[in-house]
Amino acid sequence: MEETRYRVGDRVRIKEMYPDGHHRTTYFVKGKTGVVNRYFGKYKNPENLAYGGDGLPLRELYWVEFEINDLWDHEAGKKQDKLYIEIYEHWLEPV
Amino acid sequence: MAHSHDHHNGGHVHHHGDHPHTYSQDPGAHNARMQSDDAYREGAVTQVEHDLDYYQVRMMALMNVLREKGLLTTDEMRRAVEEIYGQSPAIGSRIIARAWVDEGFKERLLADADAACGEMGVDTTGINRVVALENTDTTRYMVVCTLCSCYPRQILGQPPTWYKSFPYRSKAVTDPRGTLKDMGFDAPDDVELIVIDSNADCRYLIIPQRPAGTEDWNEAQLFQLVTRDSMIGVGDPLTPEQLEEAMQASEQAT
Repeated sequence: MEETRYRVGDRVRIKEMYPDGHHRTTYFVKGKTGVVNRYFGKYKNPENLAYGGDGLPLRELYWVEFEINDLWDHEAGKKQDKLYIEIYEHWLEPV
Repeated sequence: MAHSHDHHNGGHVHHHGDHPHTYSQDPGAHNARMQSDDAYREGAVTQVEHDLDYYQVRMMALMNVLREKGLLTTDEMRRAVEEIYGQSPAIGSRIIARAWVDEGFKERLLADADAACGEMGVDTTGINRVVALENTDTTRYMVVCTLCSCYPRQILGQPPTWYKSFPYRSKAVTDPRGTLKDMGFDAPDDVELIVIDSNADCRYLIIPQRPAGTEDWNEAQLFQLVTRDSMIGVGDPLTPEQLEEAMQASEQAT
């Protein structure tokens, strides 16, 4: 079993960072708390690939699950509704 | 492998080509948009080129430069375009029909979708990872790419225009049930609706529920029921009755 920084079931917060340039973390999950529900493996970093780089070092990629109503000030869905989104390790912090 | 302009190949300014007034949080994109708006207002390029879109003109100019410099041949470009147009939702429908009749295949599809697609002769090497998700009586998935237009093109072809539109991309995550309703589908109140934001390396294929009344149907018959929208998760497959109606309508049309 591969050693990863986070495990399925861990509560994580998405870092509230606003770096210049290309990144794949959508603004509406920044600062929000969710739960890791799957680990996809290591992938090239799009923040570097976007500018012709080699995308290295590889980044761990996780599926993070949110209650959809935790993401917005309004009621976005039923209480059981969710949003799953792919987040790279360097955008996560433990809760 | 033809690139189908997903974001991991670089930036995603192509969306501003679809619509020069797309909103953006990014000041750089805002400035770029202002510049492209200026080009639109001047109208010089588009009028001279018989109303070709600004980005179409730019793309043709770039292709000519690549050709003149000997970096790409006309034949290579033609083959890349043909490969893109050869992709269609029928590829996905074939995979879903197989999953409906073959439980073992469905399990492999859920566990390792790239390998399962390979079993059916579908090449997904242009996608970092394909993830298949199964709708059930209690859980439904719907897919959106809020950042741009990420889509499993090798399996479903090019995404529909609405999938790339700003209203779908924003409403799918702020009011998913309302979005489905807009598209003619009511998600049952007690189902768990899971919105998948396809924002990074994975591309998603939804396995819709096999329609009732198809217990004795074979794979080729089931194939006809699998709609593109049902594989994106914004609708259900056709029922046998709907297929019958569609076939009658097409007979009457001919």
